[in-house]
Amino acid sequence: MIAPRKPKTNRRLALAGLAAIVAAFTAACGGELFEVPVETPIPAKLDVSAFQRVLVAGFVAGGNEDVDTNQETVRLLRSQLRNKSGMRVIDADPLQLVEVAQEQNKAATAAPDTTTPPDGPSVRTATPADTAAATALPQKIKDEKDIEGYDRLFANTAYWKRIGEEYQNPLIVTGSVLFAPRTSSGLVTRETEVYDSLGRRRVVPTRVFMERKGFMLRPKFVFIDGRTGATISSLSRREEVLYNAQNETPALSSYFELMDRIVPDCLGTLSTQKIKGTRVLIK
Amino acid sequence: MTATPVLADSRSSAREQVEFGINVAQRGLWREAIYRWEKAVELDPTYAAAFNDLGIAYEHEGQLDKARKAYEKAIALEPNNANIRQNYDLFKEINDRAAQTKDKP
Repeated sequence: MIAPRKPKTNRRLALAGLAAIVAAFTAACGGELFEVPVETPIPAKLDVSAFQRVLVAGFVAGGNEDVDTNQETVRLLRSQLRNKSGMRVIDADPLQLVEVAQEQNKAATAAPDTTTPPDGPSVRTATPADTAAATALPQKIKDEKDIEGYDRLFANTAYWKRIGEEYQNPLIVTGSVLFAPRTSSGLVTRETEVYDSLGRRRVVPTRVFMERKGFMLRPKFVFIDGRTGATISSLSRREEVLYNAQNETPALSSYFELMDRIVPDCLGTLSTQKIKGTRVLIK
Repeated sequence: MTATPVLADSRSSAREQVEFGINVAQRGLWREAIYRWEKAVELDPTYAAAFNDLGIAYEHEGQLDKARKAYEKAIALEPNNANIRQNYDLFKEINDRAAQTKDKP
């Protein structure tokens, strides 16, 4: 009766010993572990506490005719700001800033700056504004060079102050968005299935020549104080996505795919962002 | 001869604080957890786990400088602890991003 129990006791002892070793090992490695979700807040880049309202005014946009980049960017930013910032988002028709800039350019060319010295005839002096006006703005924006010409619109404090007054001095978000098609060809690494003589499947990386097409998105967000018309800050980003040349991805979905990567940075300028993750608490 | 029981006592009191802190942190009471873990590291300044937990709580509360110091202390005490190292790496990624945001004009 006693003899058969002996091995059981031995096994129990062995298990207890093993448990003790595991416990000691766990303790040596830092004790019990508890995974917890955390949300790390990243403070906003700009102090926008002086503003209760935000106007996403409109964007100088170009590069692609399939997507109304001005309209879409305004709509996207407004909806994100409504959810993620403490400011009230003003609803208004997006400004057609390409036209505004063209008009300002024409006006600057048509009205030369003349000064009359007290003891002489009227003298025409060249000003930086004249130099800028001398550079005509392209009607159709096709590339980065075209869109850069429009940057001077954001420095026109009088214009932005007037917009600010119209909407009761909000924070103004504006800028430019270039969304243009891109093509690229070259060697890319792809995973290919190969079978050996015994019919066994393997996946190996191979370099293949590929024609790819897609889009490039280059937004520049400009943050303007609606009370003064002065630029507070600006943020530029550039992202691109390329697909297999046979892939017929609609332009609008590529636009949103790229904007998804960029919008958090823009929002991070205006409001505290919370980064979700998990960490391990140790006893 | 008396040093060992005193140390063991400090560790045991600190452990109680850490345990309580974990309990409340799991219920979302991070400020109470910070209070407990600060007490724990005061009682036992060699308790790496307490510094690790404190780092997590500071991180959650957005006190990123304090979090970095707590994590670094935990790593200094236990350089080979993979869990502490992993927490610190994840924190650093976010902290670097926040610093980048601050630096941009």
